[in-house]
Amino acid sequence: MDIQTLVDEVPVEGEYSLEGIDFITSGEQYLTFLLSEEQYAVDILCVEEIRSWESPTRIPNSPSYIKGVINMRGIIVPIVDLRMKFNIGEASYCETTVVIVLTVETEDKTRTIGFVVDAVSDVLNVENNEIKPAPAFGGCVPPNYLAGLINVGENVVTLLNVKALQAVEKHQLSQ
Amino acid sequence: MSIDLTQFIPSFLEESFEGLELMESSLLNLEQGDDETINSIFRAAHSIKGGAGTFGFQNVTEFTHLVETLLDEMRDGRRKIAQEDVELLLGSVDCMRLLIEAIRDETECDEDKIAVNAALLEKTLATSNNDITEATSTTPIEETPESTSDTASWQIEFIPDHHLVQTGNDPLLLFNALADLGDITLVANAKELPALNEMDAEELYLSWLLTLKSSASEDEIKEVFEWVEDECLLILTKEEQSEPEITTVDEPEITPADEPEITPADKPSSAQVTEQPDKSETLVTEPEKVISKPQSSASSATEKTTAKAKNDLGSIRVGVDKVDSLINLVGELVITQSMLTELGNDFDLSKIERLNSGLEQLLQNTKELQESVMRIRMLPISFAFNRFPRLVHDLAIKTGKEVELVLNGEQTELDKTVMEQIGDPLVHLVRNAVDHGIESAEVRLANGKPQKGTIMLDAYHQGGSIVIEIKDDGGGINREAVFNKALEKGIVDENTTLSDSQVFDLLFEPGFSTATEVSDISGRGVGMDVVKKNIQSLGGRIQVESEQGKGSTFRVNLPLTLAILDGQLVRVGSETYIIPLITIVESLQPQKELINRVSGDMVLYRLREDNVPVIPIYQLFNIPSEFENIESSLLVVVEAEGQKIGLMVDDLLAQQQVVIKSLNDNYQQVEGVSGATILGDGSVAMILDIAGIINMALTKAQNNQRYKSINQPQVGQLVSEGVNL
Repeated sequence: MDIQTLVDEVPVEGEYSLEGIDFITSGEQYLTFLLSEEQYAVDILCVEEIRSWESPTRIPNSPSYIKGVINMRGIIVPIVDLRMKFNIGEASYCETTVVIVLTVETEDKTRTIGFVVDAVSDVLNVENNEIKPAPAFGGCVPPNYLAGLINVGENVVTLLNVKALQAVEKHQLSQ
Repeated sequence: MSIDLTQFIPSFLEESFEGLELMESSLLNLEQGDDETINSIFRAAHSIKGGAGTFGFQNVTEFTHLVETLLDEMRDGRRKIAQEDVELLLGSVDCMRLLIEAIRDETECDEDKIAVNAALLEKTLATSNNDITEATSTTPIEETPESTSDTASWQIEFIPDHHLVQTGNDPLLLFNALADLGDITLVANAKELPALNEMDAEELYLSWLLTLKSSASEDEIKEVFEWVEDECLLILTKEEQSEPEITTVDEPEITPADEPEITPADKPSSAQVTEQPDKSETLVTEPEKVISKPQSSASSATEKTTAKAKNDLGSIRVGVDKVDSLINLVGELVITQSMLTELGNDFDLSKIERLNSGLEQLLQNTKELQESVMRIRMLPISFAFNRFPRLVHDLAIKTGKEVELVLNGEQTELDKTVMEQIGDPLVHLVRNAVDHGIESAEVRLANGKPQKGTIMLDAYHQGGSIVIEIKDDGGGINREAVFNKALEKGIVDENTTLSDSQVFDLLFEPGFSTATEVSDISGRGVGMDVVKKNIQSLGGRIQVESEQGKGSTFRVNLPLTLAILDGQLVRVGSETYIIPLITIVESLQPQKELINRVSGDMVLYRLREDNVPVIPIYQLFNIPSEFENIESSLLVVVEAEGQKIGLMVDDLLAQQQVVIKSLNDNYQQVEGVSGATILGDGSVAMILDIAGIINMALTKAQNNQRYKSINQPQVGQLVSEGVNL
């Protein structure tokens, strides 16, 4: 490849449009995903990567929603099935089943955990004042995992508390 | 030009700890006594004082100054090196360490202890002053080194590196500081000055020859150059024509008042005193010392890495050779990689042979690279050993015994993490050897042994592990006493016959002590069980050999590294597990007639004379298995904490080295599993924790019994107690 072809390939300013790309806006960004038919969201800054489902190595005597551990570039990452954890829908594994790997720094350490969800849908830009408190009753998701609700058109997206998610399996086992 | 000095404090602390380390070990060697040793101690103290002064750590400077004064007297030969002085200095080193630790941790230190020690130092110094006056009257020669340091003419050749000014140093400031010490004449040498067009304005091309007439000591002059020491060639010579200077020493205005006696007549007599270093000799050696100083301090620095590694897990000092070999290997790797890339461009089947050889080379490179990287974590065991001379020395004084410590195999290398964790158990064992092992001098003489007891620390490699031996030639372990104590504690009953090693293993039972009296060193019976536990947690084991009257040997067997493990891959159902090879006694195909079922559902396998309980992994871990009856599966007999069990597995796979990854980082400790590893195909496999599995099986059996009576199914969660980490 000579220099001229390289130069030709570099787009000139104004040749492409920013239409439909809404990342240059204010507010926080959230990744939304599906558990069964319901929409949930997490802070996008915590998302390490999104990977397709692969069968993990089982951890002996672990709760059923802990599917096991996988090797993510040399790091051992536990996989939690959020659908089983929250009792939402069927835990089936197909092509759209994905694992969202979240990394969160807590006071003492950084933990990386993968969460199995039915599908990843969108990235939302949300102003802080658009986040409404979640009602404290009903539902399968324990209230300490809820950070709030966001209205997106007709739908309601449940914002999950990432810090609580990171402690998900610890919390459960100690009970 | 102001520099933020605080950024240098960590390196000051590190260097100070190294200096203290050096002082300590040198002080212990000083008992045999030689000039070079005391000089190195002095240099270490001096650097600490200088550094502390720079950063304004007043208390360190003041305290170290006292130490330095005492050392200076010893160095000049004005003071004989007496045992109690060495003890005092050792104590002072401890105080300095306290002070510096306090700076590091930003806490207050034990002021009282420092004050007491400082008072002791001052007292000693006061008496020494008397000694000097006595000495001057009896042997005036003792003063000779002093006299030469009065108004001498110093030739200082100062050849700075070209980049000296770039580091913020200004020769002019140095010369001004020198001028404060005395009369100074200075000749600049501009020989190296390049032509104007070649000259770099930021480089320094000049060198100087200075003549200083001053009463300052060599150290004071050197102190001026302290900051540029590494960036210049400094040759300090005392002028030979100081002979006439000596005569002028008599001039009252220059001679300090307390040295009135020096006359030229004293000079010749110096040669007659043999214990005193000859004056001309000092003159010759001193310039050498100046030049060699940076080197010697650098080499001693590389030898002594911080022993206080516990608080300093962050950094590791690596020999340049190791880094070089790493770079070479990476170089080869890059070559291999580019070769393979080349091959990948329009690849066809005719090149398959080259591809294979390339891949082979890649394998070779990776293996070597892995070994080299592992070697970086390896440190010579002297880092763990070097605290023992002091320890034994102190203990010997405390117990009034005569003990000699012999260290062997100090260069044997060991993983850093293992080293950090083996330190305390070793201290305990050495302490025991001094306190319980070695007898008092009278007893030893009565038993026909040399008066001085010997403790030998030996380290060597054996297969994939390192062996550390702590051997004493003391009284040995009293087998009867141990056995009786065990009877008393109800650990054994009267009729059991135990082999020697089984009896000695009793020593590691919690709360077991045969010491008739508890001393502040040892004998409380806490400890040996902790020692054993620590060693086992490192994947090692400890053995005791002892012969009454001849001494005992404690042999600690440790894996070389915690990061890599030799494992046996086994398959249970669809899962692959790894059993540490070190725990495996044997693997076998069970024979029907040797299988016994006892007490309900307990399965025992007769392995020669032992009955080994069989534990099916699939049951323990609640996973599906290919074979559920023992006859058709394989049995891997493993041993941990003296207990043998047979693990039922479906198949034996390969044996390989695996890199241990913690489950704890992102998950939590899992019972029966010590960690995970990544296999060749990228999948994760669990490494079995044999001791943990034995524990699990025990708890499970107990729970089974408890719950069987009320006919409830067994739940995996119930096993959560008794976790063995």
